[in-house]
Amino acid sequence: MYDVVIIGAGVSGTASARALSAYDLKICVVEKGEDVCCGTSKANSAIVHAGYDAKPGSLMAKLNVRGNKMMPQVAKELDVPFNPCGSLVVCREEEDQELLQELYDQGIANGVEGLKILNREETHAMEPNLADEVTAALWAPSAGVICPFLLNIAYAENACENGVEFRFDTEVQEIEKIDGGYRLLTENGPLETKVVVNAAGVHADRFHNMVSADHIHITPRRGDYCLLDKTAGDLVSRTIFQLPGKYGKGVLVSPTVHGNIIVGPTAIEQEDREATATTRDGLDQVISKSARSVKNIPIRQVITSFAGLRAHEDGGEFIIEELKDAKGFVDCAGIESPGLASSPAVGEYVKEIVVNILRPVQKADYKAERKGILDPKTLSTEERNALIKENPAYGNIICRCEKVTEGEILDAIHRPLGARSLDGVKRRTRAGMGRCQSGFCSPRTMEILARELDLDMSEITKCGRGSGLIVGKNKEI
Amino acid sequence: MKNYDLVIVGGGPAGLAAAEAARKNGIENMIILERDKELGGILNQCIHNGFGLHTFKEELTGPEYAQRFIDRVKELEIPYKLNTMVLDISRDKKVTIMNREEGLQELQARSVILAMGCRERPRGALNIPGFRPAGIYSAGTAQRLVNMEGFMPGREVVILGSGDIGLIMARRMTLEGAKVKVVAELMPYSGGLKRNIVQCLDDFGIPLKLSHTVIDIDGKERVKGITLAQVDGKGKPIPGTEEYYSCDTLLLSVGLIPENELSKEAGVELSPVTSGPVVNESLETNIPGVFACGNVLHVHDLVDFVSEEAAAAGKNAARYVLEAADMDSAEKEVPIVPTGGVRYTVPSHIRIDKMEEQLKVRFRVGAVYSGCYVSVYLDEERILHRKRPVMAPGEMEEILLKKQQIREHEGLARITVKIEEA
Repeated sequence: MYDVVIIGAGVSGTASARALSAYDLKICVVEKGEDVCCGTSKANSAIVHAGYDAKPGSLMAKLNVRGNKMMPQVAKELDVPFNPCGSLVVCREEEDQELLQELYDQGIANGVEGLKILNREETHAMEPNLADEVTAALWAPSAGVICPFLLNIAYAENACENGVEFRFDTEVQEIEKIDGGYRLLTENGPLETKVVVNAAGVHADRFHNMVSADHIHITPRRGDYCLLDKTAGDLVSRTIFQLPGKYGKGVLVSPTVHGNIIVGPTAIEQEDREATATTRDGLDQVISKSARSVKNIPIRQVITSFAGLRAHEDGGEFIIEELKDAKGFVDCAGIESPGLASSPAVGEYVKEIVVNILRPVQKADYKAERKGILDPKTLSTEERNALIKENPAYGNIICRCEKVTEGEILDAIHRPLGARSLDGVKRRTRAGMGRCQSGFCSPRTMEILARELDLDMSEITKCGRGSGLIVGKNKEI
Repeated sequence: MKNYDLVIVGGGPAGLAAAEAARKNGIENMIILERDKELGGILNQCIHNGFGLHTFKEELTGPEYAQRFIDRVKELEIPYKLNTMVLDISRDKKVTIMNREEGLQELQARSVILAMGCRERPRGALNIPGFRPAGIYSAGTAQRLVNMEGFMPGREVVILGSGDIGLIMARRMTLEGAKVKVVAELMPYSGGLKRNIVQCLDDFGIPLKLSHTVIDIDGKERVKGITLAQVDGKGKPIPGTEEYYSCDTLLLSVGLIPENELSKEAGVELSPVTSGPVVNESLETNIPGVFACGNVLHVHDLVDFVSEEAAAAGKNAARYVLEAADMDSAEKEVPIVPTGGVRYTVPSHIRIDKMEEQLKVRFRVGAVYSGCYVSVYLDEERILHRKRPVMAPGEMEEILLKKQQIREHEGLARITVKIEEA
């Protein structure tokens, strides 16, 4: 029997796993995807919000501000790129500047530091490419951008190194209450555990409702995004928000931590919890709405677009608590924006709840640090050449757009919870994220995966089961 | 740091022909840098024939054509490095390379020939909505998998784009056992060579839908189907014309873009029309001693013209190295202005005193023209008015400028190339 089973290897589940791995507990993370970070955690704005958006007194506000404060240290411990660039909520001349003041006041009540309302001159001096109609802005220096995949992967690797077990391709189908805990029926057999942490994203309500009469309800809210080439990189230096509306923070324009520009998201409610398809209307909305805050966005430099599904619960709040009518079942549900920014605090909060239930002993040998994949581009020429001499794979460039070497791809495959698919390699190394979108490198990466994992080429997938790339050999199909 | 009189970036058809010409015109100390494991470039995966009709009066396959030039390079003992990626070219012609054996190295070049070829536009650049499943390939990537690795990317195929690569892959996938259901083309005309429409689509009964595009991709993990729609004159989908094709593969042949990341970083001025370097009559960029040829300069249809253009670049690079002072022009540059249907010309400007006796100017038109004329003007004086039965964007055109004739026109301010109806 496990002490804790965490459903979901997204950013909430893995942050919780990491926090709990500091204790002497038998922990397993079950994930229906083939890898960590396969759900909404891989398709979001990547913003570490300052925390003025959420309602004062809400759990969302508390964990956003705490997560934001923790993030620089967490990013350092986990060797994850983080850019504390700050954010601006811009107000156009036809909009009500009072709304900026309201956000400011909300931020102060939430404990956000450094907030300032800027006038027209100050705002445009900071960001020359803002739309001419922008008359004022709320400046939040504590906001930033991070790599959502690397953060998620890092939480998981660190948890794994501290003893947490991970089971992929393991979808939970049913949860039953048993004596002393729960039995989770999965496609790969049952798991029994004292405590369940339900971090199942858009599916969290389904699992909650299996054990509790007090139902919750999640509506997937789709966000479409467009990603622009790094050549557009100096369009803006900070995250540019518009005034928030009924469905959320609105369309933003932001640098990514890697130097691209991201534009989006929409906020479109839908039924289908798996439909991460973008739509023509969604992409058009992203393009037209983004022009309201930033002028001359070079939309012709779009290299890809994608969509993520926010797990919006009817109450519009994070639900992180042990259920009253299901002792030992801990929800970590309704984690929509600011879920990524809050993740270190979410993990900490879940840990406190679980520790209170199980009262475990702390590990003496818990390792909080994790080293990421070495990027030879960060080394000096001498260091790089020494590395290549020792390991020639670092002298062999596979992804020409992002200049990723074979050495990095091998590291990605062979480290704990290593990549086993093209997307797994992509999220860990950036191979395939450049302007040719893996047109050049995918055959080479597939070859490396097949060789290193001792698989047939026809077994290599883009993102796990059902996503095979090769159907057979020439003339044999 | 090793010094070279000439560094050629790219060992494909352009780099190989440029190397041969440079050596034959006197450059000894030179090197070809190639990132793949063999010379030949994109030709290695073009196993269909039709190459070399102009150069060799034969119909060769891509690898055969490449081998003719590889053999010459070997006979002339021109040095080359394989599996070597060029990471940077500085304004003062320092070339940074990397490979497994030598690590990161810097070469100092006196002259550089850019011959990096081009890459394919991906799905994302077209912003096609839908899922992002496995089974979407650019036609060139599929071609590499099929022709060089021997793997089939799918069984039931829809192709977007009737450029040559899309047409060639329609035939190739069919020959290897897949079912190609349809080729869709956004424009009201095909972007490929007429002979490829016949030999790749008509001969195999594959339908071509002009003025159509992909408006949705179905299938979360693997392609399940594609929705095509007809488009209006502005390329916008017409509601009500949607058609769903079930398939497991979508091949995209939606544009080739010269690969000029290195050029840009070096400070080479690029043309917004071609995305390739702006060059003078010697195929020299705005950086003295840096030349460009082949698909990196402008995307070609026939490799024969790539070889011809590259030979000119090689010859001019040799002239630059051996007769340095000779490359400085005493005269003002004369622009060649493309207008009236002509999208661009290569070169875009000339220094009359540096011209050969005859200079080939290559260009493309922006639409299909039937029974029209190619006209060339020296200021107001029309010197050429040639009728062409058909001109199309997918077939590169050329005209010849005679130095003698240009010299006779005193005080020449501009050369104009345009299409005229009468």
